[in-house]
Amino acid sequence: MKVLVAVKRVVDYNVKVRVKADGTGVDTANVKMSMNPFDEIAVEEAVRLKEAGKATEIVVVSVGPTQAQETLRTALAMGADRAILVQSDAETQPLGVAKALKALAEKEQPGLVILGKQAIDDDANQTGQMLAALLGWAQGTFASKVVPAEGTVAVTREIDGGLETVDLKLPAVVTTDLRLNEPRYASLPNIMKAKKKPLETVDAASLGVDLAPRLKTLKVAEPAKRAGGVKVGSVQELVAKLKTEARVI
Amino acid sequence: MTTLVIAEPSAEGVKVPTLTTLGAASKLGGEVHVLVLGQGVGAVADATAQVAGVAKVLTADAAELAHGLAENVAPLVVNLVQAGGYGHVLAPSTTFGKNVAPRVAALLDVAQISDITGVESADTFTRPIYAGNAIATVQSSDPVKVATVRGTAFEAVAATGGSASVEAASGATDSGLSKFVSQEVSKSERPELTSARVIVSGGRGMQSGDNFPLLEALADKLGAAVGASRAAVDAGFVPNDYQVGQTGKIVAPELYIAVGISGAIQHLAGMKDSKVIVAINKDEEAPIFQIADYGLVADLFKAVPELTAEI
Ligand SMILES: Cc1cc2nc3c(=O)[nH]c(=O)nc-3n(C[C@H](O)[C@H](O)[C@H](O)COP(=O)(O)OP(=O)(O)OC[C@H]3O[C@@H](n4cnc5c(N)ncnc54)[C@H](O)[C@@H]3O)c2cc1C
Ligand SMILES: Nc1ncnc2c1ncn2[C@@H]1O[C@H](COP(=O)(O)O)[C@@H](O)[C@H]1O
Repeated sequence: MKVLVAVKRVVDYNVKVRVKADGTGVDTANVKMSMNPFDEIAVEEAVRLKEAGKATEIVVVSVGPTQAQETLRTALAMGADRAILVQSDAETQPLGVAKALKALAEKEQPGLVILGKQAIDDDANQTGQMLAALLGWAQGTFASKVVPAEGTVAVTREIDGGLETVDLKLPAVVTTDLRLNEPRYASLPNIMKAKKKPLETVDAASLGVDLAPRLKTLKVAEPAKRAGGVKVGSVQELVAKLKTEARVI
Repeated sequence: MTTLVIAEPSAEGVKVPTLTTLGAASKLGGEVHVLVLGQGVGAVADATAQVAGVAKVLTADAAELAHGLAENVAPLVVNLVQAGGYGHVLAPSTTFGKNVAPRVAALLDVAQISDITGVESADTFTRPIYAGNAIATVQSSDPVKVATVRGTAFEAVAATGGSASVEAASGATDSGLSKFVSQEVSKSERPELTSARVIVSGGRGMQSGDNFPLLEALADKLGAAVGASRAAVDAGFVPNDYQVGQTGKIVAPELYIAVGISGAIQHLAGMKDSKVIVAINKDEEAPIFQIADYGLVADLFKAVPELTAEI
């Protein structure tokens, strides 16, 4: 079974982003960029499936600018076999990305597509579900366990009340949650080897896909700031403040 | 233009996320219909018909919908939208809504607006991005606006006072793509995290799941729900559904008590809209103190039992 994994290049999760003064977006100049953390989990899961003899080939895909090649190289260093960059310099939105992934899925015919549940920049949590819809496939979102069998895959999902397990017909789409696995660090020899692995670049037009954003961002603003609070000296003082000042207990 | 709200599936009564989603729907200005789906949901549909501001309840009652599988729910919603000429489809930002709504949007070939926190007009919404460190105002030109609604950002509508008509919505089928196998639901006598008035949350500082009874004792005294940071969940101290944050639950209680939690941006994203925040941490430099109304620099193993005794 071939596995397709989608990886997005995003502002590193440790960076506290700043809103641009003109309100057009957040400042991404000279900011550290990394693979979306949920996508690292997706790559790791694919690599483990391959190590367990359940996957034969891992193809990683990113939709984005030339620099997204670095993200793809990271995935190759973690153990993916080859990479495809769908080149796009404009902002990507979930529906467009899902359409590009659909076109590639039709070409590559994977048995499983793994995505992150959420990109930590747009916080959309949409792309996997949209891809499954467009392909007419089953979706196992927010996965904390993925067990492929003959023609099906059992996916345990993190839901609001606890956990749910569903059985999906293959091919299927899975999106990762935090507890699925702990991604490995690429070793230096693997980083060197990754440089020689195939990385193909295609443009969206050649896939017959329109990536133009559907949602127009009119403004990006800072959230309301919380006024700083006080330190209390003791539990007694805390209880007194909560009772008489904040009046919440 | 009429709005279709997809209700949070429920075994009994109308769920809070449905009421807050209706709060957002009421800001759009048109008539509001609610789709109640599941198996044996007649009583829930009747209860939904009593909710203030609802004009019509559509009931999809079928075995195929018992577990809210997106593969079966989405085509049903798409049929309703196409037949009913809805201008908006809203679902709560619960794991149910987040699973189903994008599938609906893609089938309609429209974008989805995730996790809206404000309605500026019928086509313009605000939503947090980058873990809530920025708020985007976005405009959709799609013929149907599909959005998920952040519960903490909207007032719940009254559960009574309405008198909607109830109609059956037929056409549910089994896609044959997915099957429900099992569910492990955490049982608790305490209030639900997303609707609790008070929340006591523990982090890595708790050291082990065996120490969570310390927080539970405090929570019981306050009638509070118990939450956690990702670190506490990852370490197996508590189940996944306790996680508060950017990628967990978003909460905004009257009082949030963070115990042994450092205050990473991903955690703050889930609780910084709480009315009053208390932090108990032994590190006076912990970032959580920058947003806490009341900070107590102390060893939690001493401070929490003291607090429980004092209240
Ligand atoms: C993609 C992604 C998504 C994430 N999503 C979330 C999310 O939704 N929610 C979330 O919470 N995190 C999330 N995180 C993780 C987040 O970045 C932090 O790692 C996490 O919140 C830290 O948890 P913590 O504060 O419990 O642990 P730590 O940062 O280790 O803090 C523990 C604190 O306990 C204090 N402490 C220790 N012992 C005591 C004691 N005896 N008495 C008092 N205080 C004590 C310490 O001083 C310290 O401040 C996410 C991360 C990523 C990359
Ligand atoms: N531009 C992109 N390139 C590759 N994968 C993407 C891109 N955007 C989103 N994805 C995938 O879709 C997941 C969910 O993203 P989102 O729906 O934007 O929150 C991510 O974790 C990625 O796996």
